Amino acid sequence: MINKTAVYVLWIREMKRFVRAKSRVVGALGMPLFFLAFLGMGFRRMAIPGIAEDMNYIQFLVPGIMGMSIIFSSTFAGMSVLWDREFGFLKEIMVAPVSRISVVLGRIAGGVTTAMIQAAFILGISIIMGFKILSILSLLLAIIFILLIAVTFLGLGLIIASKMRDMQGFGIVINFIIFPLFFLSGALYPIENFPTAVRYISYIDPLTYGVDGLRASLLQVSSFSIVFNFLILGAFSLVMVLLGAYFFEKSESV
Amino acid sequence: MNAIKVENLTKKFNGFVAVDHISFSVATGELFGLLGPNGAGKTTTINMLSTLLKPTSGFGEVNGFDISKNKNDVRRSIGVVFQEPALDTKLTGRENLEFHAMMYGINKETRRERIKKVLELVDLSDRARTLVEKYSGGMKRRLEIARGLIHRPKVLFLDEPTLGLDAQTKRHIWDYIKMLNKEHKVTIILTTHYMEEADFLCDKIAIMDYGKFVALDTPEKLKDILGGDVVSLEIKGNSDILMSQLKKWDWIKTLNKHDDVLSMTMEKGERRIPELIRAAQENEVDVTCVHLRKPSLEDVFLHFTGRTIREQGSSQIDRNREMIKWRTWRRR
Repeated sequence: MINKTAVYVLWIREMKRFVRAKSRVVGALGMPLFFLAFLGMGFRRMAIPGIAEDMNYIQFLVPGIMGMSIIFSSTFAGMSVLWDREFGFLKEIMVAPVSRISVVLGRIAGGVTTAMIQAAFILGISIIMGFKILSILSLLLAIIFILLIAVTFLGLGLIIASKMRDMQGFGIVINFIIFPLFFLSGALYPIENFPTAVRYISYIDPLTYGVDGLRASLLQVSSFSIVFNFLILGAFSLVMVLLGAYFFEKSESV
Repeated sequence: MNAIKVENLTKKFNGFVAVDHISFSVATGELFGLLGPNGAGKTTTINMLSTLLKPTSGFGEVNGFDISKNKNDVRRSIGVVFQEPALDTKLTGRENLEFHAMMYGINKETRRERIKKVLELVDLSDRARTLVEKYSGGMKRRLEIARGLIHRPKVLFLDEPTLGLDAQTKRHIWDYIKMLNKEHKVTIILTTHYMEEADFLCDKIAIMDYGKFVALDTPEKLKDILGGDVVSLEIKGNSDILMSQLKKWDWIKTLNKHDDVLSMTMEKGERRIPELIRAAQENEVDVTCVHLRKPSLEDVFLHFTGRTIREQGSSQIDRNREMIKWRTWRRR
């Protein structure tokens, strides 16, 4: 059922495209880095309720911005099915004798790797800016959360792609799905500050648990326990990826 | 043995019937052509046979495998060259071929050897390391044909293989297609709306219009249906007596007079011309010009559909297509 060579070759293809599209990589890193730099500098002296007084706002912000970079890059990677359709390459993939689940896995492998690399970049730059990593263990835990966030939103990207015909609605997806999910997640401020109604919406945003999990791993400060974050996000990622695969299988390739 | 067998194959898109109960079979080793104007349903037929589209109803078999039930077996045994390019332009030519070979589970050694061979076949060996985005249209087409051959398919589908190519490249690709069919014994199904292409390449031709087959036969037999060559005589003088004499000759199959031109169809027109001129002179009619034309598939298409194939342009069919796109978009 799962064809390992096919998964591998689809992953390799994503990697080659990633390495060759330098401007795209730089472009994708630009926004999170500017968010990090300017919000970090701008709110540096402010006391934000819900953040411990001895914690620098930038410390609080870094896991949020990592979450931002992952949600963007993973959703786009899932939606890249649409680019392949537009450029005709999807037909080449679909007419090959490999199961659809292998195709989905290949795409997920590629998307997760890309998200990892981008998150690593953000973390690297944050460290240069003064962010401190507590231990190897906290880094390993963070990697698990990065992976789960990436898988969740790759699934979302696949679902969105199956509902669209081309890239025309791309702006709508960014402005009305990805940005709200990002703001609701508490990446920039503690969600405890939201009015109750909005806070409840936050609770159904998978990124909330992703960002909180990253904070729990990297800062040992969080709203929920790390295990709770892991379980909820794990469940989200499983459901999203299965739905994504299901919709991908259903959609017609021509 | 039949490489392809199709019975009552039908595809509807939101009520619009793109392919309408077609039935045919293609013998192994045959070069089969689907000829028809844009929007006739040729590509939809190919897409169903290559498992990309699900038929609405009907039955299809490729290499003995059911196109609805044994998709993977069908996929393994066919090669497809699509109408629009289906290459990853951010990969090199060789990388595109490698991607394909690996998707078809070909091991490393065989892969290297076959890629080398197909690159030579399409004359792209020295450009294999170039990114496909730098390729010309003809090179992309050749690369795609090469890719379609790596896994040695028994049946190769070519959807408009020479669309938009210059005359020289077109000729080049025709030669490849012929060679593949004759020397490598690949069964080939191609679609085209170029008459001369179908005429030059195909052993058998199905003429398709509005989702249906209006004729299916060898190019020669299709042309025979028209009754042979068309001879036109441009004349001066009163032709009434001549006409009545010509009508008596049963080797003249059709006879029309339009202004000063008499046109008629007959077998072996070139042998009959002297006789026609003699008859004209005997009846005191001057022949100022003689024209002999061998029938083309263009005439055949006209005969069966009442239209020339190029008349279509942005006709009803294109409008229908637009409607479908729009509806599909709305539905989503």
